[in-house]
Amino acid sequence: MNLVATIVFVALFVAITVLGFVSAHWRKGDMSHLHEWGLGGRRFGSWITWFLIGGDLYTAYTFVAVPALVFGAGALGFFALPYTVLVYPLVFAILPRLWVVAKKHNYITASDFVAGRYGSPALAMAIAVTGIVATMPYIALQLVGIQVVIGGLGFSTQGLMGDLPLIIAFVILAAFTYTSGLRAPASIAVVKDLLVYITVIALIVVVPYKLGGFGNIFAAIPKEKLLLPPPKGGNLGLQSFYPTLAFGSALALMLYPHATTAVLSAKGPNTLRRNWVFLPAYSFMLGLIALLGYMAYAAGIAKLPDLAPYFKQYGPQFAMPGLLLHFFPSWFVGLGFAAVAIGALVPAAIMSIAAANLFTRNIYKAYVNPNCSPAKETEMAKLISLLVKFGALLFIVFLPLTYAIQLQLLGGILILQTLPAIVSGIYTRWFDAKALLLGWAAGLIWGIWAASLNGFKTSGYALHLGTMVIPAYIGLYALILNFVVAIVATVALRLLGMANDQDATAAADYAG
Amino acid sequence: MSKPKPLGLLEFVLLAIPCVAVLAVPFFNTLEPSVFGIPFFYWWQLIWVPLSGVFIAIVFKLVVPAGSGD
Repeated sequence: MNLVATIVFVALFVAITVLGFVSAHWRKGDMSHLHEWGLGGRRFGSWITWFLIGGDLYTAYTFVAVPALVFGAGALGFFALPYTVLVYPLVFAILPRLWVVAKKHNYITASDFVAGRYGSPALAMAIAVTGIVATMPYIALQLVGIQVVIGGLGFSTQGLMGDLPLIIAFVILAAFTYTSGLRAPASIAVVKDLLVYITVIALIVVVPYKLGGFGNIFAAIPKEKLLLPPPKGGNLGLQSFYPTLAFGSALALMLYPHATTAVLSAKGPNTLRRNWVFLPAYSFMLGLIALLGYMAYAAGIAKLPDLAPYFKQYGPQFAMPGLLLHFFPSWFVGLGFAAVAIGALVPAAIMSIAAANLFTRNIYKAYVNPNCSPAKETEMAKLISLLVKFGALLFIVFLPLTYAIQLQLLGGILILQTLPAIVSGIYTRWFDAKALLLGWAAGLIWGIWAASLNGFKTSGYALHLGTMVIPAYIGLYALILNFVVAIVATVALRLLGMANDQDATAAADYAG
Repeated sequence: MSKPKPLGLLEFVLLAIPCVAVLAVPFFNTLEPSVFGIPFFYWWQLIWVPLSGVFIAIVFKLVVPAGSGD
């Protein structure tokens, strides 16, 4: 056990816990309303929104998984970068309109918007269930980050005793989310991001310096890892998979419930627009983090006797923690590991709040208890947020880790199928709700089938077009099918006079 | 307080430029020219992160009237 690192780690974790509980009083509103508990009263200004969205989207798992992917797969792992470049121009065009209409009609979730826009609780429930299903394994994955760094501190992560630190972390997370709602991750995100920036900047300065510069690092990587392989005999290979994976992932990111929750908690549409200008700062850091994978490779730390057992247990996921252990003093290791662990709590809290909002608004209130009071609604959401986290914990304690990773991969494909209903709805009311439901179902079924072809291990599907083979992200192919079905069905329903034109929103509700 | 303008063709083109830049794989899937030992594939995608921020900032200036609230 690494004593100094453990002390620093635990001290930072305790400080964060206190902060999480006291943040309930921060700009306090009437906590018996769902928009107070679940959206922080829609009052977060530019700075807090920047930290909150940054802490939300760039999860702890990212810090572990992205260097791991580059370490293991080379150039393909760098797709995280074009992915984050694509996100902000896309959301700039789309999400401020969602914020404006959501504020006007007190929508808490994207499914609330779909229910109002299309007058269809069924479509809204389909969107809500998709969101919850996609979010659950995502929360579970946040635990992986914590598990890896606890292992790195020298504790066993095997067996029930090994799961104890995880269970403690999650009880803390559940308690402060329950009392403080979205205000807890918002205040913690500020501290978390400072710790992450300090860690990453130190890594990115110290490690290349010790390895003799970026020239040496890249020279140590085999040439075939550095680039995407050229197309072979009509098969585009990674050349088509890489950009479609980046594009599809960017589209999926903005549809995740936790993204909607963070976006709707901003003070106004211009706060969001301003944030899309400055959020790429996180992406730049992510790019540097990705390069850590190559640094770990060049430093050969996987073969060092003191680190090899960790790599044997955690695989490439130990690339980033391994660099910290190898190049830094113990106290700094504690700080860096705390950054990863606390970094897991922020998105996990927001995700569980988002899933709870969805269940309460679009399943419980829509189908079970339509006349429930605002206080009852909030009570329900708080309870569900506990259940969601408990489910994620069971997931990680009792099922193999690979299940969580594969389900998260599948979750991205599923969440992408909500795009026609949500994003099209923000711009046009042309589609019919029943047609959107049909398209959603077609996209889901085909997507799950295509993913099952390779045992849910990868998210690529090779489309054969004549002599061409075009491997691409399954989610994107499923989305195309989804749109085709929705368009054809909408035309058919309109011709038959069976289309439903109910709409609780007006064109003016979107401008601002 | 005047409301932001809806996005026009110019704004959509400005937002599309960074997207196209990082999706054009055949263009940047090469080692040279490298900068400080970093191959083209990597630094090209990295510089588009701050550049995308610049393009979004221009669109922000174009559509949001100066002194708008929130």
